Amino acid sequence: MLKESIKMALENIISNKMRSFLTMLGIIIGVGSVIALITIVSGATSTVTDQVASMGANTVTVQVQGTPLKQGLTQGDVNKIAELSNISGIAPTISGKTTVAFNGNTMDEISLQGKNDVYFENTEDVISSGRIINSIDTENKSRVALIGKDIADELYIGKNPIGQEIKIGGITYNVIGILQESDSFASADTNNSVIIPYTTAMGVVGAKYINSMTVYIADELLADTTTRQIEGVLTKAFNGDEDGYSIVNMQSILDTIESMTSILSMMLGGIASISLVVGGIGIMNMMLVSVTERTSEIGLRKALGAEPKQIQLQFLIESVVLCLIGGIIGFILGVSLAWVVANLIGTSFALTASTVVLAIGFSAIIGVVFGFMPARKASRLNPIDALRSI
Amino acid sequence: MSEKILEMKNLVKTYIMGDEEQVVLKGIDLQINRGDFLSVLGPSGSGKSTLMNIIGCLDVPTSGTYYLSGELIRDLPEAALSHIRNREIGFIFQQFQLLPRLSAQKNVELPLIYAGVPEKERQQRSAHILERVGLANKMKNRPNQLSGGQQQRVAIARALVTEPTILLADEPTGALDQQTGHQIMGLFKELYQEGKTIVMITHDADVAKNGSRIVRIVDGNLSEGVYNA
Repeated sequence: MLKESIKMALENIISNKMRSFLTMLGIIIGVGSVIALITIVSGATSTVTDQVASMGANTVTVQVQGTPLKQGLTQGDVNKIAELSNISGIAPTISGKTTVAFNGNTMDEISLQGKNDVYFENTEDVISSGRIINSIDTENKSRVALIGKDIADELYIGKNPIGQEIKIGGITYNVIGILQESDSFASADTNNSVIIPYTTAMGVVGAKYINSMTVYIADELLADTTTRQIEGVLTKAFNGDEDGYSIVNMQSILDTIESMTSILSMMLGGIASISLVVGGIGIMNMMLVSVTERTSEIGLRKALGAEPKQIQLQFLIESVVLCLIGGIIGFILGVSLAWVVANLIGTSFALTASTVVLAIGFSAIIGVVFGFMPARKASRLNPIDALRSI
Repeated sequence: MSEKILEMKNLVKTYIMGDEEQVVLKGIDLQINRGDFLSVLGPSGSGKSTLMNIIGCLDVPTSGTYYLSGELIRDLPEAALSHIRNREIGFIFQQFQLLPRLSAQKNVELPLIYAGVPEKERQQRSAHILERVGLANKMKNRPNQLSGGQQQRVAIARALVTEPTILLADEPTGALDQQTGHQIMGLFKELYQEGKTIVMITHDADVAKNGSRIVRIVDGNLSEGVYNA
């Protein structure tokens, strides 16, 4: 019976090609636009979140503005944060300006950064050659330095700087590595920078305060709690003045991006689904016309022994088949459009199983919902009246 | 002793038309035995269509009793009446009522679909019956590729294929020319010879004469006992 109904539905759709196509167009456009929008937005979302996550989803960044009384964090403050649970490491940064010199050649306005081994362990591709600052360097306040490419090129013409000495702010250091060349688009220009252990910067150079730090979280799921605990320590460190610092939890940025894009995606999908409803009304209209046209057929089928529910099922199947064909065409068009757009704007393109299920399921539901009324109308026709209308 | 397959006693059918109650059938008594070829003769407006609808279980009487194959036909759920029609009645209509998109054979298979007969058996039975009505070489044709007489033969095959208790024909020659009409009547007579029970509704006395037995219906009253010689 089901097989027969599907066959009859297809025959009827084919025998009314133009009308079926025009009716389907509503569903095609509806499903196509919903699928295209959802796929494009989710592709863009995953591209953005991937980029953000690559900056470290498990990190909390603390920027210290300081207060008039206390211009930055002390080692003691950092130690207090390190004592909190769920923290796998802290990478403090001290920044300043300095002068570097080698063999009588001098360079001014060089960015000096004090960092520790934790930073290098968690950050890839910092150096292009040599070695990174390790925990022994940090502990011993070693006078070792990583230098930027411009410094290497200018001060050590024709020489390998690694193993050579360098004077930073008048103090002699050993060059242990060359920093990765940064391109003009990078947020920080490392070509004119030197990096030394931050402990050296504090103990030897005399820097008093830590200007910023990145705290690494052990368990990302507890990031919010840990962030609040860090905030507590910082507020205390600045005597209750919350303007002394700003704190950024990467996970919360990720969450915000994701919730924003999911709202955006739902909104766009919602707007597009209005066209689906319009398409559904088109289906209902065609089915009503079809029921009227085929009144005598319905009467005949009833006379031959068709139960009302069999008639209803037949028309319902016809409407669902119509919607499913439209849905499949719309899905293919929507996905193609999303693929083209993703390639044009350079976001990732991902087709999820849920999108397929959504498209197919949605069109089937539209078919049932908007086919129900015409199908019921057909099933309720009186066979005597129906047979008479030839 | 012939087996009684249809019995109506004091059957009344009234319709409410606006405020007026219209009595269409005014106490019909009718008995049909297996193997009868009954012609119901009556002018238009006599109530013969209503009688046919009730015999065909498309409608139910207002009062009185109607037994078909020993079963009381009354105000049953529509699905139940559908099953009875499918099993007991083979309809033959004036306008053939074939589905234009389906081949002759598919048209004949239609009532078997609703009877729940599997596809393979449907094909065998429909092919066999189409052969019987002389359309063995037209099985794949659609109705618009067939003449009127051939279309009515397809309709007769469709009525026969379920092996119903009664073949119920409503003006079966009404849409045909005289010669084709004669041929169809010839087929009806053959079916009668084979022992099929036929009820034929007509307004044409010449057509009615083909029956083994004629009843007249005038103004909702049935007069029994006009036998064909």
